[in-house]
Amino acid sequence: MNVTCRVVNLQEEYSQLYKENYSLIESCAPEKMNTLRAKAFEVFNEKGIPSNKVEDYKYTNLQPYFKGTLDIAFSSEAAFNGSETKFNCDVPELDTHNVFLVNGWYSHQNEVNGLPTGVVVGSIREKAAEYPEVFEKYYGETNALDSDVMAAMNTAFAQDGAFIYIPKGVIVEKPIQLVNIMNGASDRLVFQRNLIVVEENAQAKVMLCDHTIAPHKFVVNNLTEVFANENSVFDVYNVQNQHNLTTQVSGIFVHQKKHSNILTNNLTLHSGVTRNNIRITMDDENCESHVYGLYLSDKNQHVDNFTFIDHAKPNCQSFELFKGVLDDSATGSFTGRVLVRPDAQQTNAYQSNNNLLLTENAKINSKPQLEIYADDVKCSHGATVGQLDDEAMFYLRSRGINQTEGRILLMFAFAYEVIEKIRVEPLKENIRALVEKRFRGEFDKCDSCVVCGQQGTSVSCL
Amino acid sequence: MLVIKDLHAKIDDKEILRGINLEIKPGEVHAIMGPNGSGKSTLSSVLAGNEKFEVSEGSVTFNDKDLLDLAPEDRAREGLFLSFQYPIEIPGVSMVNFMRTAVNEHRKYREQVPYSASEFLKLMREKKKLVEIDSNLTNRSVNEGFSGGEKKKNEIFQMAMLEPKLAILDETDSGLDIDALRVVANGVNKLKSPETSSIVITHYQRLLDHIVPDFVHVLYKGRIVKSAGKELALELEEKGYDWIKKEFED
Repeated sequence: MNVTCRVVNLQEEYSQLYKENYSLIESCAPEKMNTLRAKAFEVFNEKGIPSNKVEDYKYTNLQPYFKGTLDIAFSSEAAFNGSETKFNCDVPELDTHNVFLVNGWYSHQNEVNGLPTGVVVGSIREKAAEYPEVFEKYYGETNALDSDVMAAMNTAFAQDGAFIYIPKGVIVEKPIQLVNIMNGASDRLVFQRNLIVVEENAQAKVMLCDHTIAPHKFVVNNLTEVFANENSVFDVYNVQNQHNLTTQVSGIFVHQKKHSNILTNNLTLHSGVTRNNIRITMDDENCESHVYGLYLSDKNQHVDNFTFIDHAKPNCQSFELFKGVLDDSATGSFTGRVLVRPDAQQTNAYQSNNNLLLTENAKINSKPQLEIYADDVKCSHGATVGQLDDEAMFYLRSRGINQTEGRILLMFAFAYEVIEKIRVEPLKENIRALVEKRFRGEFDKCDSCVVCGQQGTSVSCL
Repeated sequence: MLVIKDLHAKIDDKEILRGINLEIKPGEVHAIMGPNGSGKSTLSSVLAGNEKFEVSEGSVTFNDKDLLDLAPEDRAREGLFLSFQYPIEIPGVSMVNFMRTAVNEHRKYREQVPYSASEFLKLMREKKKLVEIDSNLTNRSVNEGFSGGEKKKNEIFQMAMLEPKLAILDETDSGLDIDALRVVANGVNKLKSPETSSIVITHYQRLLDHIVPDFVHVLYKGRIVKSAGKELALELEEKGYDWIKKEFED
């Protein structure tokens, strides 16, 4: 059964929602999930949904988006709403291990074949019961609660999501694709909690694809914790392809052990309001992290990428590149916090944020934030905001290429640097094609996206 | 083919071209020389349609069409080609993609069937051989990391791909060593035909040893002040521009 909650005063109603449905929330949930809920709820209740008076959310006031009349599912039947159809992802055909989650709940229709021995992909609730030691050891250990109130909200409310476990030494060749679908007959609030554990010497790549397939308002709070153990190699590609009525707060929190090499790439191709919290903790020597993002916004969309790379130990390297193309009245924000702790000597940290503004109304706030407490380090940061190069445009036109086509070539050239960083060849090609379609205006966000056709001046279309 | 009548053009209210008159027939090579600041590059930019410059007076007819009325891409599709003095780098746009789009736009304009990917690659290989351009240069982004000479060769390669009726070579020889100069000139000569023409803008005689002009014009302070045969270039090489400046000072 779905509970309908009318949120007007935020904290009052969310608090009531939690308390009234607590028995549903905790029923059949793994023990540790429940143990952490109390503390999480306390943090959430105290701080509340952030407004722009909170420093970290200065450019993204979440409060208005978390208001409204929203349905919440406290069970998987409620989440599926009787629609357990087989879904097809609209990211072009890729050879992956493909599973679907609907409104934050793992679908029982999923059948994953051909995974190497010992690899587990399933519902976090169910797998926690099958693998209690793993769950106990890792769940919540990224200490997400301490930093971000939205992570606390997720910890308090989330009941299901995906669980991925890669045992020692196993290399998973094909990407594991989690397709997160938002669906339903009315406006909805969704929570999803994912846990990914990559053991020593293991390698895997995960795709998180966020889609909306119904023309209602979706408010999504999801959180993915990743543990990359010694010598592991792990990539996560988050492809966001949602309509204008979506508000998504997404967390990717990665904890690294020595000699691990991780890559995150947030490809926000279409969305309403997106806040991506990306946090990488290099808690050991000789870690390497690649943190990338591409955001393509138009109309009244808003994308806020908030990253925090923690060089907690020496001899680690981080490479960060976020690029955005903003059209119409889109707005964006990039905050790149890099912390180099006092003993983190021999750190190399490189950060870059480049933005292309196509109109006078598009706006970007870029805030590199390097805190360096060690003295033997190499750190750099750069941020640029610009328009399309007139000279380059004239060069293209002088060869017979018209202005529209020229713009597309130049925008694509700009975006390509981030697409190039995709370490999975077929995926790179697919994203390349999707981005080109996006620039050509041939992008199909969802079946019923007629609402997004306009300029978006009405309140509901943001 | 090209008729320029009393062309005046300015940038930021400063008049650079002050009444250019020039006529070019098919199959002809016209050299334009002149001291720095005389308006040579402005002339080529205005003919190509660079919107930085404003045409205040005059007319330009290209193959009986009003050239000034056409957008830059249409001028190119009509058969005008400008080899830039300083070709710009465009990282992220691959040479192949760029050329294929350009070539197919030209073909669409002429109502010809666009090339398929394999047909196009075949064409590229042919033209690369013709102008002796290195394979590697076409695998990269447009002009990215190219040396000065490589950029100029790339301009001639593009010219070979697009087969223009009128090519304007804006100081194609600047920055080239003797060998590169020879290669570029060879390329231009191979593309020459009785139906095509070129305007060669240069400071120096030596390019004109390789690309032999039918007419040499001297541009000074925005006007063509002297026109003659190729001997004029030799005279300028010997005497410099002072005698021209004295004769046409106003």
